[in-house]
Amino acid sequence: MELLRKLEILADAAKYDASCASSGTEMRDSRDGKGLGSTAPGMGICHSYAPDGRCISLLKVLLTNACNFDCLYCVNRASSNVARARFTVDEVVKLTIDFYRRNYIEGLFLSSGIIRSPDYTMEQVVSVARKLREEHRFRGYIHLKTIPEADEALIAEAGRYADRLSINIETPLEESLTQLAPEKDQRAIRRTMGRLRLKLDETAEAKKTVRRAKPPRFAPAGQSTQMIVGADEANDRVILSTSANLYGAYKLKRVYYSAFSPIPDASRALPLQAPPLVREHRLYQADWLMRFYGFDADEIVEENEGMLPLDIDPKLAWALRHRDRFPLDINKASREELLRVPGFGTRTVQRILATRRTTTIRFADLAQLNVVRNKALPFIVLSDHRPSPSLLDGAGLRARLRPKPQQLGFGF
Amino acid sequence: MHVVTLDSDTDFDGWRKAARALAMNDVRPADVTWRVKGAAPDLFDDEAETQLPEVPKGAFSVPASFMELAESAILHSDPTRFTLLYRLLWRLRTNHDLMEIATDPDVAQANALARAVRRDVHKMHAFVRFREVGREREARYVAWFEPEHHIVERAAPFFASRFADMPWSILTPELSAHWDGSRVSFTSGVSKAEAPTEDRLEEVWLRYYASIFNPARLKVKAMEKEMPKKYWQNLPEAKLIQPLIAAASRRTSAMIAEPGTEPHKPQKRVEETAMTRTPKAHAHAAAQTSHDVEPTDLQTLREEAAGCRACPLWKDATQTVFGEGPAHAPLMLVGEQPGDKEDLAGHPFVGPAGQMLDRALEEAGIDRSKVYVTNAVKHFKFVARGKIRLHQKPATPEIKACRPWYERELAAVRPALVVAMGATAAQSVFGKITQVTKNRGQIVDLPDGPQAMITVHPSYLLRLPDAEAKAREYELFVKDLKVAAAALKRAHAA
Repeated sequence: MELLRKLEILADAAKYDASCASSGTEMRDSRDGKGLGSTAPGMGICHSYAPDGRCISLLKVLLTNACNFDCLYCVNRASSNVARARFTVDEVVKLTIDFYRRNYIEGLFLSSGIIRSPDYTMEQVVSVARKLREEHRFRGYIHLKTIPEADEALIAEAGRYADRLSINIETPLEESLTQLAPEKDQRAIRRTMGRLRLKLDETAEAKKTVRRAKPPRFAPAGQSTQMIVGADEANDRVILSTSANLYGAYKLKRVYYSAFSPIPDASRALPLQAPPLVREHRLYQADWLMRFYGFDADEIVEENEGMLPLDIDPKLAWALRHRDRFPLDINKASREELLRVPGFGTRTVQRILATRRTTTIRFADLAQLNVVRNKALPFIVLSDHRPSPSLLDGAGLRARLRPKPQQLGFGF
Repeated sequence: MHVVTLDSDTDFDGWRKAARALAMNDVRPADVTWRVKGAAPDLFDDEAETQLPEVPKGAFSVPASFMELAESAILHSDPTRFTLLYRLLWRLRTNHDLMEIATDPDVAQANALARAVRRDVHKMHAFVRFREVGREREARYVAWFEPEHHIVERAAPFFASRFADMPWSILTPELSAHWDGSRVSFTSGVSKAEAPTEDRLEEVWLRYYASIFNPARLKVKAMEKEMPKKYWQNLPEAKLIQPLIAAASRRTSAMIAEPGTEPHKPQKRVEETAMTRTPKAHAHAAAQTSHDVEPTDLQTLREEAAGCRACPLWKDATQTVFGEGPAHAPLMLVGEQPGDKEDLAGHPFVGPAGQMLDRALEEAGIDRSKVYVTNAVKHFKFVARGKIRLHQKPATPEIKACRPWYERELAAVRPALVVAMGATAAQSVFGKITQVTKNRGQIVDLPDGPQAMITVHPSYLLRLPDAEAKAREYELFVKDLKVAAAALKRAHAA
């Protein structure tokens, strides 16, 4: 099969993986003239965007889309009739280098269907990374998908070459994984995540203690995972508490939420409809609240509700449920309190704290602080602004803050 | 009126020198006109350039944050930037905290300029597309880019450290950057016509771009926000955007309308995998433990326990942490429950408490490799606090639910002595709540079987706040273990 056709099949098969990040790894460059590539300091670089709004920072492909497993949500499942292809190790290596030299990408994200055995598949995936690093002295970003239950030695080797390792939890409910992906075992997935975390901890620990030999490198950008949203019955509360557990137990850098989208040759057992993109977006916002705003998973979604509201963001929804904590004087409130004001981002809070050390913040200053004003105003007090009590307590507040419904269009 | 002419749009040093001299001579911002050499003449063109005043002795300092901001903001294409930055400098002399006041209009504007510059640099790093000129070993890589601000010098080092092993040039209308393998040099700007227009890999890249796009997730606004249209003309893949959008809804409805395939019947496969998995699990467990080979009955127990759902603790835990040790160990140690580390590793007593236990066992003259170690509760119970899992004491229903595993372990191992460490373990070993402090260190006979003893849990020692109490309690713990060792010897002799 010609290379272009293979690329088409194997990139198409990889497009359901939401992970795109190329950030948070160690700093590398090739100024010594003995290799190719660098990692971007701080955040990674998105080299392009697709019309689905998603960033293209890595060459994201499967090594092969042939798979022994029959996961119903997956386009590559054994029983689907899609065209199959398989890259050779050298083909992926060459494509990565060729794309990289033209500044199309930051590196490679390699995943694979499971063929022959988990160990065989993992070995193939690892050999691409090994070749890139050792033969081509490639110093760009590499993200490898870990195959559950692959041998520990292979995982260690993967961590030596990769910046990030990931293994997908797939579904929040273990029961639905059993139904949708009979060969996948969530316990095995969790065990692998646990092993990865122990390895990451070990390496971090070894770096702290002074030693003659450097500890073997292990995935400096950590591990991440993905959950499919909308293919089973799990509600948002279940999803977020699953995430909280994953973050706490395995110190994941990211949990990605992937709204289940229609796939070619779909199984009849699945809900066939357009993907719930707004719901996915709300979950990312809620996830953000857990990671950067000090929210606990179970306060984001009300116990008796189960789902995040789709019409307003989760922080605004939380504030509307906790009106007794507002209005908040932003010249006096603590950092933790400020982080809970709708329309305030972490940078806004930082700026407020720095500014109010020397001057009092007034209404006219809000524009410079990057505050989303219509969201924040009912909840804050300034020396020259105080929301009327009837506004904050009134029944109409939610309707007032909800964005006006718009005709969806393509923006062209 | 003072007129200062800078060498170029990016002449930060020139600006800095002039600004310093002017500020120290109390020249007000309104009395300075800034211009760039060779730029189009403006209103004040007939005014002669002023000689910079002498700089008086002494100095005044500015915060590092100002310098950093000014170095970025000066690269902006806004012609008023020199004046703005001088005004900030002027005001900083009397208000040293000015840079912290994000709400100040001058600070806010300078921040906005710097942000726009940083963004433009970032987009240049992202959207430069090299085209290969010549083939393989002789190849050069040449790109055309149109930045919005004066950022070529700022952006070039990134390409030098990333593409150090290939010669490249980035051509822009204002300035061109070149890398020859050892240093970056700059030449004047060129027109777009001088840049290469094709690359042998572009077709492959376009094919990738089209394939990685998911038509069922159209979000054009999100794309345009991060990849503004002004960059599209130099991005080869941008010509695909419109056709991809146009075909998206048709492709998606076709997928939804198409009759799905019959759901697969998984039963047979599950059996197959279960069979292929078991031997692997065996091999894995054997590789992990250096203990004697266990007889099948203990191994069977371990496999059954792996799927235990007798209480809800399995849900959040990683795995069942079953007991480990020689199949017929004379001594069985029972702890409370696995902790964070044990949960991840799948082995009992490998975390801090395990290390404490190892040390104490050694001091008491007990060889850990000859001991069977287990826990009363075999799943980790915790509450998540941000990124930490806080250990929680198991409740009676959980201890009760897990007790059958302990009983079956006990029956399989048949030790001479069981040591219960801590209250939870004691509850399981004695079948009822039994006080630790009152009963510790006493050897008692259990009905129909081994002897038993209670001591504290090693993690209790870890939690003690002061070193003195720690040392004292540790000695007591070792003392208890020595009592156990002595009891074992007696049992062995008898």
